[in-house]
Amino acid sequence: METLNYRHKAPQRAKGSKRQVIVGVVASGNLEVLAERVLPDSECEVDIRTAAEGFGEIWQAVVADFVERRSPGGLKFSINDGGARPDTVALRLAQAVSAIEGERT
Amino acid sequence: MTTWDNAQRLRESRKRAGAPYAQGKRVAKKDATALLEAVIRPGDRVCLEGDNQKQADLLATALAAVNREKIHDLHMVQSGVVLPEHLDLFELGIARRLDYAYSGPQSQRIAKLLFGGKIELGAVHTYLELFARYYVDLTPQVALIVAVSADREGNLYTGPNTEDTPAIVEATAFKDGIVIAQVNEIVDKVPRVDIPGDWVDFVIESDKPFYVEPLFTRDPGAITETQILTAMLAIKGIYAPYGVQRLNHGIGFNTAAIELLLPTYGERLGLKGKVASHWALNPHPTLIPAIESGWVKQVHSFGSEVGMDDYIRARPDVFFTGPDGSLRSNRAFSQVAGLYACDMFIGSTLQIDLQGNSSTVTADRVAGFGGAPNMGSDARGRRHPSQPWLQAGKEADPDSPAALRRGRKLVVQIGETFGDKNVPLFVENLDALKLATKLKLDLAPVMVYGDDVTHIVTEEGIANLLLCRNNDEREHAIRGVAGYTDVGRGRDRKLVQQLRERGVIRRPEDLGIDPLDADRRLLAARSIKDLVRWSGDLYAPPSKFRNW
Repeated sequence: METLNYRHKAPQRAKGSKRQVIVGVVASGNLEVLAERVLPDSECEVDIRTAAEGFGEIWQAVVADFVERRSPGGLKFSINDGGARPDTVALRLAQAVSAIEGERT
Repeated sequence: MTTWDNAQRLRESRKRAGAPYAQGKRVAKKDATALLEAVIRPGDRVCLEGDNQKQADLLATALAAVNREKIHDLHMVQSGVVLPEHLDLFELGIARRLDYAYSGPQSQRIAKLLFGGKIELGAVHTYLELFARYYVDLTPQVALIVAVSADREGNLYTGPNTEDTPAIVEATAFKDGIVIAQVNEIVDKVPRVDIPGDWVDFVIESDKPFYVEPLFTRDPGAITETQILTAMLAIKGIYAPYGVQRLNHGIGFNTAAIELLLPTYGERLGLKGKVASHWALNPHPTLIPAIESGWVKQVHSFGSEVGMDDYIRARPDVFFTGPDGSLRSNRAFSQVAGLYACDMFIGSTLQIDLQGNSSTVTADRVAGFGGAPNMGSDARGRRHPSQPWLQAGKEADPDSPAALRRGRKLVVQIGETFGDKNVPLFVENLDALKLATKLKLDLAPVMVYGDDVTHIVTEEGIANLLLCRNNDEREHAIRGVAGYTDVGRGRDRKLVQQLRERGVIRRPEDLGIDPLDADRRLLAARSIKDLVRWSGDLYAPPSKFRNW
């Protein structure tokens, strides 16, 4: 088990008013993302617990691109990862933002 | 004095040697090995029918049991190395040399035997290439084939899995070889004649049906959202703009997702009747919803698929069927159809390098190629025009006069940037190169050459290699869709951005696709059971796919 943590500045606050959402499942090759609106509007944090060790560089790149694309200001993401591929990670993070912004249920 | 009938006389002596074991053409199962010892000579070229799907399993077991003092140094020429017995022959010293095309289930063991020097490898062929050599320099002296039933004269009914049999028997029977068939049963009258009796020398009745591998069944339940996203990209970014009607699909989950999106996403895009109507394809169960929804006009098949026989029988307007009602497949003709009469091949692979070369060979697996290299190559002998072919030719070479410009087949590689266990799809150098060095091969086993590939589709987008004007652009078009792999992260961001502005790289958002729409609810069938329902209960999936 490896833990990773990334903090970024986010240019914009995530829309909507929902306090928290959970997307995904903890399973092999998948992951669960808990998003909580607990940070100042210009900050964002991603906290990762992963079963697959040694992928730090890739996580860093995935998280940086995600923050740049979605600007999830004010959100803290806690990830429980079962060794998901980067495409699945990016998708679940995007789903989490979309859900907390109330675009979809 | 020169004699001109040596081969004919040798054939007669082989037949005479086998005759004591036969009543007419019929040989009892218990005499199978004795028959083979009588008919085969050391050093013979032998085709032990191992196809992509059906297997002459009884004859494989019989051949592996011959006395190696009598029979040795055989040269096996068969498309599929699929059964353990196929490799036992080499371990036992019965066979020495191998020319083949595909070894899916035996890919690890064949690699070990190659490295250990137990197999002298001729080449890993494409199907058509191996069949072609049956008629030039690899003509079998003995063919051990498999069919569903035979009559007393030796007329054979192959059933829906005709596959390689006609190509093998034609080459063997008409060049003085011996043809031995295993059949499930001997009957008074075969349902239809797939192989005429006078091409067949001996027939052995088996006590159980021959083995068929269900190779083309993909469980919709295992299709991921990312695979759905790649399928959406392919449909909207390639099928639609080129208007691809005639095509072949590989066997991966990405193309299964495309098949299942046609009646939903494809319908919504207004593409019904405009794309994906004429196919060279095995009867994929995942094509059932598209067939039932009226998308598919015609399908010619290399072989059949386990469980699809009743469904095919009930849809003769779509499939090629005989007077008996069952499917007639033919691997050689379907490969030719895929090569010359299809405008697109789309399939998956295990590794793609920086120039777009791809291979399914990895460090410890030599899987061979299957049908992909013929499907996934530009047919230089093609002369008939079609819209997708002309359009692709124009994109590759905009400046030549149109009437003298060759078209191009669309050869599309589709996959996720990372495969199972987070293994990257994109690599600097193919493992195939390492294998070639280790085995001292003149050629690395490349499945699809980079200069034949026109598009690469991943979850990050589509790279259109037709629009690349030099190797540097090509490399960055590939890096630009390689996601977070080392190859992808090694990109020059500015160059990738320029390629995107020129439309060489297209992202989901450039095509109006939101990755969040890639939802399993888009699949026309989400389980094997759904496929059974779509088929009106005609599709009978093999038990390993039944989970209800």
